[in-house]
Amino acid sequence: MSVLVFAETSEGKFKKSAFEVTSYGKKVAEQLGTNVVVLAINASEPTLLYKYGAEKVLNVNNASLKFNAKIVANIIKQAVEKENSKVVIIDSNANGLYVAPIAAINLNAGYASNVVAAPSSVSPFTVKRKAFSSKAFNFTQISTDVKVLSLSKNSFGLVENEVSGVVEEFSPAIVESNLTSVSVEQTSGKVTIADADIVVSGGRGLKGPENWGMIEELASVLGAATACSKPVSDLGWRPHSEHVGQTGKPVAANLYIAIGISGAIQHLAGINSSKVKVVINTDPEAPFFKAADYGIVGDAFEVVPKLVEKLKEFKANNA
Amino acid sequence: MKILVCISHVPDTTSKINFTENDSKFDSNGVQFVINPYDEFALTRAMWFKEKQGATVTVVTVGNATTEPTLRKALAIGADDAIRVNTEATDGFAVAKELAEVVKTNAYDLILAGKESIDYNGGMVPGMLAGLLDYSFVNACVGLEIEGDKATIQREIDGGKEILSANLPLVIAGQKGLVEEKDLKIPNMRGIMMARQKKLTVVESFVKETSTSSVSFEKPAAKSACKIVDNVDELISLLHNEAKVI
Repeated sequence: MSVLVFAETSEGKFKKSAFEVTSYGKKVAEQLGTNVVVLAINASEPTLLYKYGAEKVLNVNNASLKFNAKIVANIIKQAVEKENSKVVIIDSNANGLYVAPIAAINLNAGYASNVVAAPSSVSPFTVKRKAFSSKAFNFTQISTDVKVLSLSKNSFGLVENEVSGVVEEFSPAIVESNLTSVSVEQTSGKVTIADADIVVSGGRGLKGPENWGMIEELASVLGAATACSKPVSDLGWRPHSEHVGQTGKPVAANLYIAIGISGAIQHLAGINSSKVKVVINTDPEAPFFKAADYGIVGDAFEVVPKLVEKLKEFKANNA
Repeated sequence: MKILVCISHVPDTTSKINFTENDSKFDSNGVQFVINPYDEFALTRAMWFKEKQGATVTVVTVGNATTEPTLRKALAIGADDAIRVNTEATDGFAVAKELAEVVKTNAYDLILAGKESIDYNGGMVPGMLAGLLDYSFVNACVGLEIEGDKATIQREIDGGKEILSANLPLVIAGQKGLVEEKDLKIPNMRGIMMARQKKLTVVESFVKETSTSSVSFEKPAAKSACKIVDNVDELISLLHNEAKVI
């Protein structure tokens, strides 16, 4: 028996979520009294996972293997069979969410997504997950022999648990897929909302797309991703990929800064998993002030440039 | 081209979420139900294929009789007919099995759904359905074109897009981008009148077992009050020393 973790890599490097799912896998393995095995594809430094408790890393070295959800889901199945895994843990990045349901079907497994905490019980196997777009939590029981979980980002955190592990080469069979990847367009060097620890978000209070310079500057000083409210994306001021909220991207950052966003219930639902929320708004009655941890009542056009300036000083002094 | 659009019947996005029966059941009292917003993007794209390429569009939901107004709304928007699988949708795996049976019975070329429902947010039904049927599947789809039996699909990835191609049959889990917000249709009176005449077939559920079950719900803990600060120096100091996030 084992717990299998799928650790995603990008150009050979582990994403931060890989360490979080490994930490989580270690915890579940302890609860079940077993070991954690991590499956990685083309990881250049698989031993980095030992720090988070990976007793064994199955590394697939196959340079010609590009991401394809059906193929990856099948590789997961082969790893589960090889390691006799009873729980499979996958991250909530775009690729993880794509792979997990297919893997669940392959394994005839019950699947719970958006899981936010270690199982509250392993018999019956029960996990806490986000529901109603983060307006509530749901305790879900999984009754199948093999279980698939996808872990909500930044919910469990990184837990160091150094072990002496082993890396094993794994050469699974590669299944056929009718889906062909034609091209990938990816902005390099920009922090994505999915990976960001800090997100700076702008709303209609900014009056127009021409005023996003200061949002980008603030994001740049903080190493943050930029985001926006739904009206801003609907108006075409910013791309859909930046829309956060109930029908946009969920944000589970350490710090979320909302500028000129009033805080509609749909927006708050999407961002309330963030640990610390800051609001800057001219209207002290804006609903966001009820959801935020810190607030400044003031005009974004005055406050944000000052914040950028002071943060630059702060960063220089704390470098 | 025969298109099946999978619809979830969900609480409106403005709903306050409450629970009853010892926090074991969603309290639908006073809640307005709507077509799941992600499914609405899928439905709107299907209507485009109907108008421009002569596709036929069937909508399906897995749910009890209370979901029928939501299906009627989809018919009023322009779907040709509707199917309701008569059972309470509790487990994504079971829902996917019910839908797979509908697809096998009626042989659709394209199955469109939203990438997740805004109630359970499982994000599992489209992928599971594709897995059960062994059809090609694209998640988080933000663009779809079809020529003959060839599809060109855009998928959102972290920080960008991937362009894919596949032959039909195909399962798509869509989101905004598949169509724009402004393209979404509000049913007009004629559509509403016509929807009453359209066929809504009720089929019985055949899945007996579920793989997951909901035990209980919990609401997030109440928040402490927001600290209003007067200037940015104070904010930076609090974020650094108290919240420890910068």
